[in-house]
Amino acid sequence: MTVQTRYEAVIGIECHVELKTRSKMFCACANEFGGEPNTKVCPVCLALPGALPVANAEAIRHMIRAGLAFGASIPAFSKFDRKNYFYPDMPKDYQISQYDMPLTLGGSVRYWLEDGTLKECKLTRIHLEEDTGKSIHGGGGDGRIAGSSFSLIDFNRAGVPLMECVSEPDLRSAQEAVGYLEALKRTFVQLGVSDVKMEEGSLRCDANVSIRPAGSTELGTKTEIKNMNSFRSVLRAIESEIERQIAVLESGSRIVQETRGWDEGQGVTHSMRSKEEAHDYRYFPDPDLVPIEVDAALIDELKKTIPVLPPERFARYRGYGMDPKQATQLVDNFPLADYFDACVAAGANPQASMNFVLSDLSRLANETGTPVNESAVTPEALAELVALVESKTVNSKIAKELLERMWAGEGSPKAIVEQEGLAQTSDTGEIERLIDEVLAANEKAATDYKAGKTNILGFLTGQVMKASRGKANPALVNELLRKKLE
Amino acid sequence: MASEKIDVRYVAKLARIALSEDEAERFGKQLGDLLAHVNVLSELETASVPATAQVVESRNVERSDEAGPCLDRETVLSMAPQREGSFFRVPKIIGQP
Repeated sequence: MTVQTRYEAVIGIECHVELKTRSKMFCACANEFGGEPNTKVCPVCLALPGALPVANAEAIRHMIRAGLAFGASIPAFSKFDRKNYFYPDMPKDYQISQYDMPLTLGGSVRYWLEDGTLKECKLTRIHLEEDTGKSIHGGGGDGRIAGSSFSLIDFNRAGVPLMECVSEPDLRSAQEAVGYLEALKRTFVQLGVSDVKMEEGSLRCDANVSIRPAGSTELGTKTEIKNMNSFRSVLRAIESEIERQIAVLESGSRIVQETRGWDEGQGVTHSMRSKEEAHDYRYFPDPDLVPIEVDAALIDELKKTIPVLPPERFARYRGYGMDPKQATQLVDNFPLADYFDACVAAGANPQASMNFVLSDLSRLANETGTPVNESAVTPEALAELVALVESKTVNSKIAKELLERMWAGEGSPKAIVEQEGLAQTSDTGEIERLIDEVLAANEKAATDYKAGKTNILGFLTGQVMKASRGKANPALVNELLRKKLE
Repeated sequence: MASEKIDVRYVAKLARIALSEDEAERFGKQLGDLLAHVNVLSELETASVPATAQVVESRNVERSDEAGPCLDRETVLSMAPQREGSFFRVPKIIGQP
């Protein structure tokens, strides 16, 4: 047993995700990334005296839908609280958040690993809050907060609706943590509740990491890892932190409970301990906002808007024989996955349509710039084509030709086949006649074959196929050619 | 009822308020009296009263998700104690006294 396998990691993730809405959480300023600094601000998000917040109905619906997608319970009663702390990017000196009565409780996130293994991570809660402004640290310190003598603040982001998803400590490796985050991301994108652009900071996460002897059920002392700016840095940071904690325990020391920052350049976490004492936010219900009551009618209405979700699709696609990479690619291309599901619903064999969707149709979409789901090839038409191949009415070469012509808008595959007599021929007499013609025209090849150059068979098969205008059954051509030559 | 004990220095620190010895004592007593006053409520029988977080009875006061006009930046920044270009400028964040 190696040192690494003697320990088990226990990881929980706190993840902040900006919601996709037109306006901010409590005011009508636009919720858009970037823009000229301090142009999307108003008395509410700047905390000017007397300004009153009013909750954004769409943000609340997004929250409930996110909860429903993960099977969370939606309490009938929820409220906003003030989280009190001082920081210059938050003009009110408190953040409107949810303390003990969040909009969603429990639920679980199903996710998968690169090798296709399906896993599940329980959620503690998802609550709704508001984002802070952005700071640029100046005057020394190389853009870092420590060492800078002043900071510049842009409040455009202050008040943008933000959901915080808190997981249970159910994750056991850095790979699982990334799989979990990817599942959150693809679910939120598919629900349309967030764009989840990490490069724009619309998904930010911290990880709580501890280790314990393998087989133990007690939790070790945890550290909180911050400053991870991509899924890749989440993977590296957690791996590095697990290694560090193992080394600490192996050397006979103890883990100190602390916040550690990930240093992307050096590939290690650093202690961020400061002299500040434990946080004491003095939460209390925000008197400016009234409680939220969610009734069964609203939940029913929103339930109807939840699409087929990624884990369900992934499992089904794996069942069709897709490898984990193919299945993931298709799951993440929602319009294409919808299209594929529609083909299957139209009666197409899943494996056969999968090949058309993932290769030929995706290629045509790339070449023409038209998405598959907006092309002239309807799911019903593809199902028809798949049926023609399955019944051996056309061979795969003709099927590809047909697909291109369907894409070009020439109509249903059946109609094209009937009009032009493209149906595959398995007429032995007809094929033998073509073989005789080809052999007569290629005497040398025939002689070479008999002399042992058997790989020339491919060339001869090709010539016969060409002579049949692609309609001959290639397996039959091969078989008859071989007989003729031996 | 006797004054409730309150760590006035800790509360002052959380609120970023510097207190003199005299003030700490005076405010400590005042805050203690306030808490004692509120504590009168605990004498009431409340088992049958539903918990609330709001004194008004309205629920679900929401706005539809429409973006509207914002404030003019020059107006906003002219109210700031310090500015730099199009930003608010604030003093050192970490390591302040």
